Amino acid sequence: MSEAPDTARRVAFRGGGFAPTPRRFVGAAVFILLIVLAEIGTRTGVISPLTLPKPSDVLATFGDLYRSGLLWKHLGPSLSRLAVGATLGVSLGISVGILIGLFSYIRAGLVPLVAALFPIPKIALLPLFVIWFGIDEGSKYALIAFGTFTPTVVATYGAVDNVDRTLIRMGQSFGLSWVSIVRKIVLPGAMPGILSGLRISLAIAIILLVAAEMLGAEYGIGAYILEAGALYDLERLFAGVVILSVLGVLVSMAIGLIERRLLVWRV
Amino acid sequence: MDIRLSGISHSYGEVEVMRDITLDVPSGRIVCIVGPSGCGKSTLLRFIGGLERPDRGEVLQLGAPPTGCLNPLTYVFQDFALLPWRSVAGNIALVLEDHGLPRAQMDEIIQDVLARTKLSDFAQALPKQLSGGMKQRVAIARAMAVNPAVMLMDEPLSALDSQTRELLMDDLIGLWTRTPFTAVYVTHNLAEAVRLGHSIVVLSRRPGQIREVVHLDMPLAERGLGDPDLDRKQQYLWALMRDEARAADAELIHV
Ligand SMILES: Nc1ncnc2c1ncn2[C@@H]1O[C@H](COP(=O)(O)OP(=O)(O)O)[C@@H](O)[C@H]1O
Ligand SMILES: [Mg+2]
Repeated sequence: MSEAPDTARRVAFRGGGFAPTPRRFVGAAVFILLIVLAEIGTRTGVISPLTLPKPSDVLATFGDLYRSGLLWKHLGPSLSRLAVGATLGVSLGISVGILIGLFSYIRAGLVPLVAALFPIPKIALLPLFVIWFGIDEGSKYALIAFGTFTPTVVATYGAVDNVDRTLIRMGQSFGLSWVSIVRKIVLPGAMPGILSGLRISLAIAIILLVAAEMLGAEYGIGAYILEAGALYDLERLFAGVVILSVLGVLVSMAIGLIERRLLVWRV
Repeated sequence: MDIRLSGISHSYGEVEVMRDITLDVPSGRIVCIVGPSGCGKSTLLRFIGGLERPDRGEVLQLGAPPTGCLNPLTYVFQDFALLPWRSVAGNIALVLEDHGLPRAQMDEIIQDVLARTKLSDFAQALPKQLSGGMKQRVAIARAMAVNPAVMLMDEPLSALDSQTRELLMDDLIGLWTRTPFTAVYVTHNLAEAVRLGHSIVVLSRRPGQIREVVHLDMPLAERGLGDPDLDRKQQYLWALMRDEARAADAELIHV
């Protein structure tokens, strides 16, 4: 065995990769690197102030916004629109998705309808919503609710379809009631899929928030951004955009937290 | 409570899977069903438990289930079918919750079946923390919790390695010896059949028909690993099945 050392070669390792592992602080480092690059670029003049505002100026603008108390004046209405609209859309979406998952007639009737509604750019319907629900909060809630509804429905009924059928058979074989099977087997089994659908729905809700505030909103992050955009005030525009991004990151982190609490059972 | 199958035949579309099965399952006995794969063993078990209806023939319950029986016909599945989001105790509670028992009585039943399957220390564990053998013991504990009249076991040990299978067979024999239960035990493993069966029903390949019923009189507790009598029975069964199994294996599958 120990003969022929000149032909002995170590077997090359080729089993690496394809297994994401958590790497702390890398995400934050990417943000910081990009911001520092932008700062250096704008200070040295490599990036002209017309194409990109100085990050430090954006920060100063944000500080002004905070000190003047306008930040909360804008953030308050936006958050309540987001909360009301998304809650409406998501809860309706989950209910309809579950009904589609459980009943063949509802599935046959609604799946084509949902497929027809999904690709409609909801922003295009804004005038219609204004006519239907008024120019006040109603149309803004409706736009966000409608925008979150369709992706939630699709994610939910997909999740219900993917619940392990052998578990449902098991429930039936022990004589569990229909309600028990739905509540104790179907719903928890669909939860992972519903939560990952929620990530997408809530990101869409933030996108639509700006669209909803395009019409007749005095205060709101969207209104703030649009006003800054109309004046080509890039510092304020960026300050607003950063707020939306932070909102997105917070929502995603919140869902991650819920997932970790609710889905400890996952292998 | 006995079970009687009379004249059961069934086809899935064009494919005839079962022909004229007539069989009695006497109470307090374990009836093993063996046969080549695809001969309709699982289908037959689904008929017995009322999860599916045969084209022809009927399944009868003779006599009343014992008092305190919550679910007369109770399955133990090959893949365990435990809810991954519920603990061991929670999985057993699941099948008791719908019966409106007082909390204390439910806890008592859960304690009792966990003790009988030697799982008391794992009551709060999640299924993902358990080995295959422990998962199947949880499934057996869950089945015993509803005090079934007949246990319907579909290859309950087939997903386990052979050492775990031996241990669980000993557990099953121990459980039966203490309190005899009635069971229909489907398996493709002849060693399991001769260890656990009071009678062994040999099915032919598809369409499944009863080829022979072999009776074993030796008490379960005396059947050890490598017993010459059992080995002879097992060889006899294999001789019955070999050609069927070979033919079944060589069949084209039309899906
Ligand atoms: N729901 C079904 N629809 C159509 N064919 C089925 C269905 N269930 C089982 N079969 C067919 O019936 C035959 C018997 O299946 P099964 O009872 O699972 O066999 P076994 O458990 O003995 O291996 C197989 O050929 C299988 O493909
Ligand atoms: Mg089978």
